Formats: sequence, structure tokens, C-alpha cells
Amino acid sequence: MKETHPEKQAIDKNRYARQSAGFLVLKACVLSVVLSLIVLIGFIVIKGMGALNIDFFIKFPENGMSEGGIFPAIMGTFLLSTGAILFALPLGVLTAVWLTEYSTSMKMVRLLRIGINSLAGVPSIVFGLFGLAFLVKFMQFGVSLLSGIVVLGIMVLPTVIVTAEEALLSVPKSFKEASLALGATRWETMYKVILPNAISGILTGVILGIGRAAGETAPIMFTAATFFTVKLPDSLFSEVMALPYHIYALMTEGSQAGQMEIAYGTALVLLMLVLAVNAAAIAIRIKARRGRKW
Amino acid sequence: MVENTLSIKAVDFNFYYGSHHALKNINLDVMKNKVMAMIGPSGCGKSTFLRSINRMNDLIEGTQAKGALLFGGMDVNEKSVDVTRLRREVGMVFQKPNPFPKSIFENVAYGLRVNRLFNGRDDLNVKVEQSLREAGLWDEVKDNLNKNAYDLSGGQQQRLCIARALVIRPEVILMDEPTASLDPISTAKIEELIQELKKNYTIIIVTHNMQQAARVADNTAFFMLGELVEYGETSKIFTKPDKKITEDYITGRFG
Repeated sequence: MKETHPEKQAIDKNRYARQSAGFLVLKACVLSVVLSLIVLIGFIVIKGMGALNIDFFIKFPENGMSEGGIFPAIMGTFLLSTGAILFALPLGVLTAVWLTEYSTSMKMVRLLRIGINSLAGVPSIVFGLFGLAFLVKFMQFGVSLLSGIVVLGIMVLPTVIVTAEEALLSVPKSFKEASLALGATRWETMYKVILPNAISGILTGVILGIGRAAGETAPIMFTAATFFTVKLPDSLFSEVMALPYHIYALMTEGSQAGQMEIAYGTALVLLMLVLAVNAAAIAIRIKARRGRKW
Repeated sequence: MVENTLSIKAVDFNFYYGSHHALKNINLDVMKNKVMAMIGPSGCGKSTFLRSINRMNDLIEGTQAKGALLFGGMDVNEKSVDVTRLRREVGMVFQKPNPFPKSIFENVAYGLRVNRLFNGRDDLNVKVEQSLREAGLWDEVKDNLNKNAYDLSGGQQQRLCIARALVIRPEVILMDEPTASLDPISTAKIEELIQELKKNYTIIIVTHNMQQAARVADNTAFFMLGELVEYGETSKIFTKPDKKITEDYITGRFG
């Protein structure tokens, strides 16, 4: 169709021009996000690649942390994050179950939600201080794996609760009704019908929680981490090395040549670890979606 | 079979959602081994009444029941009534087929498992098969009992849900627009099935389909705005209703 009226033609042109300008702004935004991610990862990879070799993964630091590997830090981070999840998983999931299914007072639920959201917003250094005051000193756990696990566990609790709640609520109400209508109790309905269908969503949340716990420095710097150990932790009350804290230590206290490269190498390992964990979460989610029939 | 014995009796039954008065002074008798249909415009309270019988309305916050709703001589809202036992005796089939995302077998077995109503694996198998036969589904699924229930067609899923309700041998089966989401052939199968089932069960069905009520129900109740307008034998309600408004609704003058 050909528009013959010249005034209308001009208006149409104007509209398309504005649309193009709008799209351009959107594209620029997306591009800058992607670019900064690429630059960040590229920078770490280029700076850290040189440090990576088999020894870096399996050896203890040597010569004032200017040589050798970061094996104890990898182990420490692994133990801290796994422990934190073992702590937060049952607590978080059961809290979510209560919030979605059993709570009778909406007021109470709202209050708890505010509490949980505030917990999520607390700066991580505050968790660290709390851990120092309460766990390390008052409970006399000392600077230890246990203190670090509990602090990180409390810190990832909101993530676990919120994702578990979402997963539980995403199970169709009709399943619940069908179960109750057959004479099942609310508890039977929960563990036979709702939980099995929410489990993949819960796991995704938990794994994302691990990723978060693994990368944190502030919560563990007073509670669990140490600059350097000559042995792996032999009990929950041992101090541990951890990847993020290792980077921090190398960059602040170091004076020897070679430490910088090890710091970047450590950052690269940490980055790969967190990305791998997130990839696992995504894989679980995709698999669950495919298997889902409803 | 016992003729003309009472199954459910409502005496001045009222129901509230918060301040909304959803059911007003309902008085109604449901006879054993009969099919009772409830018809009426959307929001008239027929589903509310249905869900009051097995207390599914408990799931909604801020509801309140007044008056009596008697089943087996007991008021279902009495404190001493164990709601899981009530629901074992009063089964339910929902508007949209809602099988569990489990195998066909496990869907039917669920009620037996939670209520511990079977004696060993053989007994479980026998009871599941029996229910699937009663629901007219056995021949279609007997070779695929381990297949996921969601691989069945909509009509098959609804018959599976009926089998799942039958397996624990309730006295009453509540059906909330059971064919609303089904095609005509599946609907016809379910209607035939209802005729079969009334030999052993009392059936209360909510429907928006006038012809369906006329075809399957012995008695029909017409609800409007929370009130029971008219209740009687289906043939009478559909041919010579006492009230003008009933006639207007049935003949499609409003609704």
C-alpha cells in the first residue's frame, strides 16, 4: 500500500526512526554487559593461565607462597561449601515446607519472610563478625572449619529457603487436592507428592547456594580461614585454607615475586569452580524440565 | 442393594467464604446408589456444596460452615470427625484430570498405600486391576501399567482418576464437572461409567451440561445465588419444574 499523503508519510518515517533508535540503545546495553563479562573472564584467564599446571592443583604452597600449588585451599573451599550446604539444606527445606504448607497465620509468615529477606541483605562481613563473636569466641569453636561452615550455612539459608519455597509452590495444587481427597494426611501429601515433584527445583537452589558460599571471603576470614597450613584439616576444629581468602592473602600480605601470578591462578580456579557448579545447576534444571510431564 | 436409604443430608446448611454467604439454608437429601446432579449458573454454590461434603474447602482460609451436613449420621464438620477417614468414604473426581506424575499403576495404588488398605503385593495388584476394570480402563492400559499417567489421553486420564478414587471403596463419589475438559466420545464413556458405578456407589455430580444431567441423574438440584431453588426427580425437574426460574434456566433463557 502506498501512502500518498505527504504529511502522513513524514510521520511514519519518524516513527520508524524512533524505533531504530530504541533498538540501538537496547543493543548497546546488552553488548556492554556481555563485553564486561568477557573482559573480566578474559583478563583472569590471561593473567592466571601461566600458573596452571598439575602441580598447582595437587601441591601445597612453597617458599612463602611464592611457588607450589593451592591444593589445601581447593580442599578447604570444597569442605566449607559442602559443609555449609549440609547445614543449610535440611534447615532451609523444612522451613520452606512449613512456610508453604503448615503455617496458619499469614501475619507470622509475612514477618518471617521479612526476616528471611533481611538475612539475605546482610553484608557478608557482618556474618563474619557474628561468627567471630558468637561461634569462635562464645561457643568456643575457635577459628575452625565448623565455625566457617555454620557462618556460610546461615548466609546461604535465604537462597535455599526462597528457591525451595518457589519449587514447592510450583507443584500444581491439583496434585495436592487429589492426594488429600484420597484420605492422605497433609504430611503424606507433602512427602509423597509435593516434595518429589519439587526436588529438582530445590537442588538447583542449593547448588546456586554452594556457588555463592564458595566465593565468599568476608564470612570466613575471621572464622575459618588461615594464610597457610602445612596439613589438611583433620577435624571440624581445624583451621583451613580457602581459595578466596588465599587470593586476598597473596594480594595484601605478599611481597615476593611470583605471588601475583599465583593469585591470578587461584582466581581462575575459583572462577572455574563457581562456573562448573552453576553449570551443574542448569543441567539439573534442564533435565528436570525434560522429564516433566505436567 | 438397599433402596431409598439416606446417604447425605443437609439441614439448614450455610457456608461462608469470609463475609461472602455462599450457601444459604440448604436442605437436601441424597439417596444411596443414586446419581444426584447439581446444576446452576457459575458461582451459584454447587461446587461449594460438593466440596463441603468431603471438606475440601478446609484448604481455603477463612471459610465457615453453619447448620448440619450429615454423612453416616455424623455432621462432617463435627470436631470429632477425622477428615482423612471422611475423605476415604467420600471420594472425589475433579474438573480437570489430575493424575499424579507417576505410573498408571502407582496412581491407582496411591490410595491403598496411604490408607494401608492392602495385604501384600498380590492383593495390591488385584485391587488395582479391579478398579481399572471398574473404570473401564483396564483393557486399554493393562500392557502399559508402568507408563506415566500423562502419556494417556485426557479421557483416559479422567477414567484413571475415577479408578484411583474407586480403589479405596468409598461410599460416595463426588464429581466436579468431570467431563468439562473432555471431547464428546470421552464424555459419553464417562457417562456410561456413571450408570455402571451407581450400582455400588452414591454419585453426586456437578455439571454445566443440561443434557448430561438429564441423561445420568436420578435426581437433580437446581442452585442459584447460593440457594437451592428446586430439587427433585430429574424427569420432573426437566419436564414439569415447579418454579418458573428453573424452567427458564433449563430451557436456556439465562445462565
